[in-house]
Amino acid sequence: MIFKKFNIENKKARDLIPQAITILALLSVIIYFATNAQINMGNRGISFGFGFLNQEASFDITFSMIEYDGSHSYGRAFLVGLLNTILVSAIGIFFATIMGVVVGISRLSDNYLIAKVAEWYVEIFRNIPLILQIFFWYFAALRALPLPENGISFYDISFLTIKGWYVPKFIWTNFNIFLLSVIAAFIAIYYINSYATKQREQFGKQIPATIISFTALILIPLITFLFLGVSLTFEYPVLKQLSPTVFTYAGGVSIIPELIALALALSMYTATFIAENVRAGILGVGKGQKEAAASIGLNKNQILKLVVMPQALRIIIPPTTNQYLNLTKNSSLAAAIAYPDIVLVFAGTALMQTGRAIEIISITMLTYLTLSISISIFMNWYNKKMAIKEK
Amino acid sequence: MNLIAKPSKENIRTYVPIGLSLVSLSILDVFANAFFNLNLMAFFPSQLNYFLPLILGFIGFYLIRIEFSGVRSLDILNKNINSNNFNALLTLFTIFIIIKSIPPMLDWFILEANFVGNSKDDCTGDGACWVFIKVWFNRFMYGLYPDAEQWRINTAFLILFVVVGVSFFVTEKLKKYFIFFLVFVFPFLGIKLISGGSFGLEYVESAAWGGLSLTFIISAFAILFCFPIGVILALGRRSSLPAIKYISIGFIELWRGVPLITVLFMSAVMFPMFLPDGTFIDKLIRVLIAITLFEAAYMAEVVRGGLQALPKGQYEAAKSLGMGYWRMNALIILPQALKLVIPGIANTLLALVKDTPLIFVVGLMELAGMIGLAKTNPKWLGMAMEGYVFAGLVFWVICYAMSRYSQNLEKKLSTER
Repeated sequence: MIFKKFNIENKKARDLIPQAITILALLSVIIYFATNAQINMGNRGISFGFGFLNQEASFDITFSMIEYDGSHSYGRAFLVGLLNTILVSAIGIFFATIMGVVVGISRLSDNYLIAKVAEWYVEIFRNIPLILQIFFWYFAALRALPLPENGISFYDISFLTIKGWYVPKFIWTNFNIFLLSVIAAFIAIYYINSYATKQREQFGKQIPATIISFTALILIPLITFLFLGVSLTFEYPVLKQLSPTVFTYAGGVSIIPELIALALALSMYTATFIAENVRAGILGVGKGQKEAAASIGLNKNQILKLVVMPQALRIIIPPTTNQYLNLTKNSSLAAAIAYPDIVLVFAGTALMQTGRAIEIISITMLTYLTLSISISIFMNWYNKKMAIKEK
Repeated sequence: MNLIAKPSKENIRTYVPIGLSLVSLSILDVFANAFFNLNLMAFFPSQLNYFLPLILGFIGFYLIRIEFSGVRSLDILNKNINSNNFNALLTLFTIFIIIKSIPPMLDWFILEANFVGNSKDDCTGDGACWVFIKVWFNRFMYGLYPDAEQWRINTAFLILFVVVGVSFFVTEKLKKYFIFFLVFVFPFLGIKLISGGSFGLEYVESAAWGGLSLTFIISAFAILFCFPIGVILALGRRSSLPAIKYISIGFIELWRGVPLITVLFMSAVMFPMFLPDGTFIDKLIRVLIAITLFEAAYMAEVVRGGLQALPKGQYEAAKSLGMGYWRMNALIILPQALKLVIPGIANTLLALVKDTPLIFVVGLMELAGMIGLAKTNPKWLGMAMEGYVFAGLVFWVICYAMSRYSQNLEKKLSTER
């Protein structure tokens, strides 16, 4: 009885007590860990700090997109790892999206065989752990490729071998101008599309914006080739003998098998999830919507573009972004096959050399965390913007 | 003018037999080519020869595409695989690819594969060397657990299966005790049985555990612990008390934002730094804590989905009956919310099982890790394909069964509502 009275009259106090207890518990755990860490680091003669990032790393990385060798700093090694993570994620996202859309649409095909094949693709690749798929491609499938001297040749331009895939190297002159022209093309496309939307909504005029956009995308960069001195030549890989038995390719770019295996496994695995999202999105648009659109005289393309896709995309995009995020996080499995991503380079080699577990693991986790949280903030904003505004 | 009339109901008697025989001929050609290395149409020029099955099949499919033919089976066939030219092409491609890929697969898996023997030298065929799996099977299942003690793992799992099996058939009243036993008694009993150290059982350190049984042990414990933690986090995230709410959000987003592999690294190299010097926590336990907390965050988000889906009236009704926070959640809210998200929970558990192979990064070896060990054994080099195909099959069967079960559960529950 007394307790009940206490409850009602002191609602504020009642709310305060559990919160205070939680905060205190959390603080004491943090303090306990921090003091232990301090003592442990003191015993080992290391002090907390990020100064080591400027020290010479003195280890090599097998694959780097920026200039790097052992004489560069740990900070530079971190950057190399980060770029490699971004590279494999971007490749994975690109192919996973294409495959996911194709498989997702195939699952809804009229054709029984195609629908079944797509369904089994999803069932098979979704239910095998990703790490096993990576191991399979890397240790089993790609190891069955031939040695460089009899590599599989694609019209003598690129060669697929056990040591990697050798592709021609792009040699640009005035690449900056080309890049600027591409950016300019995209800006132009943005304005063309917003102008077309405005014309359609205000005056009911149809402007073939898609065709104009494509033309702009091709034409504007083309102009730079013709008039502004941009040129592109290729350097083809050529077989070179190192010793009587060892061959390799000189020139060109070598895509290492680790990257191929990882990108392949990541995109095939994530494609199954994207396919399910695409299927759900298309199924989620009611039949009545299409019929209503047809009855007000829109043609088939307009129905798809103006009625079905906007609604389907509203369903598809949020879970698909989640899958992109998962793919990026899953790319950390690279460590298992020694693809030099951020986990292997930084949380692996650099940690082993410096012994700075707390700093390095924190930086690694923080990197992923920043990525995830910024994407989820963006998604929340996007969802709010796209949500149906009910009146 | 009408030399070739459009296939229609009038000429069905001439077109369908011709069309069907063309389609069968094209499939037969590919079949003979794939299985017996015969080329039925070798008398044609080689370039035409290559595309001939496709062309014949395509013409055949065109001829039998008759709408409302009045023949039921023909209509079904046309509707499902032959509704237009594009579909007919896709059908032909799919059939050809399937036929073409069967013989090499069959060869590798069965016909050319080796099943008898005890060493790599017994593998003489071109196909898979299943001898590898046979010889290492014990290791793949039990890791480095001593052979003489393996009955303990078997017993533990046998008890589990028997209790779970029996609990399906007993009355509701008895079921409670079964569940109590499974959740509160069996985990400790089972772990004692497997680790030993008392009751005259020899102590087996956790570093020796491994193989598929370790996958099951880790999955089972992580499921057991991540569920209540997830529910508490979900309630915390929906709490009206700001401190509890934001701590829960921070905790959930922290784990959800990082890959499991970094969490495992943390448990292996960073966590010991946070403990007093000299304290040692078993590696397996550290990994278990890491996986549990990681999956609990995902579980929390699933449960939160269920909590949000419940209409407000349920909360108000419970409060108007004079229930407090805990009673309201335990008796009214959670039973309904959890039922709503059973598919989500099943998916999280599935993800958990699929994540267990990652523990290799801290040196624990379940099935995939044991295969990695076996394939680097000097006597068994070059067996990666067999090993990973085997592991893939095992995991696929487990995960597929789980996903089917959860789909059935979903269907069953959705009809009830």
